Amino acid sequence: MNVALNLIAIRTLVRKEVIRVLRIWIQTIVPPAITMTLYFIIFGNLIGRRVGQMDGIDYMSYIAPGLIMMSVITNSYGNVVSSFFGAKFGRHVEEMLVSPMSNSAIIIGHVAGGVLRGLFVGTLVTAIALFFTRLDVQHPLITISIVLLSSVVFSLAGFINAVYAKKFDDISIIPTFVLTPLTYLGGVFYSISLLPEFWQTASKANPILYMVNAFRYGILGRSDIGILNAYAILIVFVIVLFTACLMLMRRGVGIRE
Amino acid sequence: MKALSIKSLTKTYANGNQALKGIDLSVEAGDFYALLGPNGAGKTTAIGIVSSLVNKSGGEVEVFGHSIDSDLEAAKSCIGLVPQEVNLNLWETCGNIVLNQAGYYGLGRKLARERTEKYLRALRLWDRRDENARSLSGGMKRRLMIARALVHEPKLLILDEPTAGVDIEIRRSMWEFLEQINSEGTTIILTTHYLEEAESLCRHVAIIDEGTIIEDARMGDVLRKLQREVFVLSLGEPIDSTPELDGFEAELRGDGELEVAIGAGQTLNDMFEQLGRRGIAVVSMRNKANRLEELFMRLVENKQGAE
Repeated sequence: MNVALNLIAIRTLVRKEVIRVLRIWIQTIVPPAITMTLYFIIFGNLIGRRVGQMDGIDYMSYIAPGLIMMSVITNSYGNVVSSFFGAKFGRHVEEMLVSPMSNSAIIIGHVAGGVLRGLFVGTLVTAIALFFTRLDVQHPLITISIVLLSSVVFSLAGFINAVYAKKFDDISIIPTFVLTPLTYLGGVFYSISLLPEFWQTASKANPILYMVNAFRYGILGRSDIGILNAYAILIVFVIVLFTACLMLMRRGVGIRE
Repeated sequence: MKALSIKSLTKTYANGNQALKGIDLSVEAGDFYALLGPNGAGKTTAIGIVSSLVNKSGGEVEVFGHSIDSDLEAAKSCIGLVPQEVNLNLWETCGNIVLNQAGYYGLGRKLARERTEKYLRALRLWDRRDENARSLSGGMKRRLMIARALVHEPKLLILDEPTAGVDIEIRRSMWEFLEQINSEGTTIILTTHYLEEAESLCRHVAIIDEGTIIEDARMGDVLRKLQREVFVLSLGEPIDSTPELDGFEAELRGDGELEVAIGAGQTLNDMFEQLGRRGIAVVSMRNKANRLEELFMRLVENKQGAE
């Protein structure tokens, strides 16, 4: 493999993705900012005052890491799935397929685009959160590594969704029926210690719980789960999903006749 | 040096359609090669396999000696593809489309910018570089796809129906451009429905029908196989009936023009002499049908007859 060629190709793809995100900022940047502001006002400010504390922390501060992670996850996923499916639908994915850039480079370029959008929106939501609460980051390295790994996992998942998608409906099914419920049930708004024992155990099958809690641990120093478990799960997901993406590209599923 | 070598190439789609039934092709470096055939003959499938957009079922493909099975990256680097259907990101600017393609081929930013300018200027699109591709006309989109295919300066340029749907002026200017880059050393493979295009541009021709190659030879040799041409003559004065021309088949058309068939061994001089003796003046003359088209139809008919 020509490493220099592929590095230039990845850089090109990332630049293209960033330009795309900024060009359609009204679809990519504004909606999550508005949604998260409403979450902070309604759940954090209005309802949060009645809730008081969660796990010994002011409710507004408690939900802030979860909301930031939620925006990172949904935007990373959404960016890759819409970009790659759009390229398939418009057939300009062929620009990459006929070129000598490797399948890995195509995946990495798209994932990097998803991560950058996730981080950009995550930063914006963090800035909005700071209008409502104070966030003193307890473990910066854990915070950054968890948000990066989570963003990579959901970017890869978005890529797989886009590979299989044949129509626009197919790229909204997973976010609507899988991603959103798992995120809401992933401890963004509550500690699983509030749940009956059965549902606490059931919640531990939800990978988003580990991401949200590990991220919350990085910022607030509180978590419902072990941090090492979160790292292990994230790393396994990255390896498995990247391998799956690579196999799908090699076989040409959804992109080659 | 072979620019393209295809051996026993087969493709069967998932629906059972056998698009290619073991074709062999060999294109020399520097050639201008036409791949002709009716819709569904297998041209686009063959091109798709060579350019990695379609997975082959069997056979071997080498591009400048690089196998697409064992040395795909090098093979792809040699190819520039202009597909049949517009596959541009219509929301991207023309400049970025070409610039990005250069990046996918590993060209550094500075060189990519230079090449983008070079080919957008060559294809008269430089003034439109900051406009989205969707604002371009059909002909401009085709030119943009050619610029995109050339930005890494491939040794082999494959064009699948590049002039379909473009007006005559643009078609002519594209022909001139293709002849120029071919003269500079780029091997060109062209599929087209405009047989006149193949006849005037290409030195070799392969005719494909129902997934098999039914003719593969130099253009001149192929055209020499034609034993008969029909000319349409516009006459100076109208005539009442078809004149008797010794040795020639002639027919007076409803619009007053005269059709005369010239067979092997016959000459136009002989025909004109006979017309002159009868006091029939010829103002102008044209071929009734494109010669290649006639040959193509004949080959397909022969094949069907043999079956």
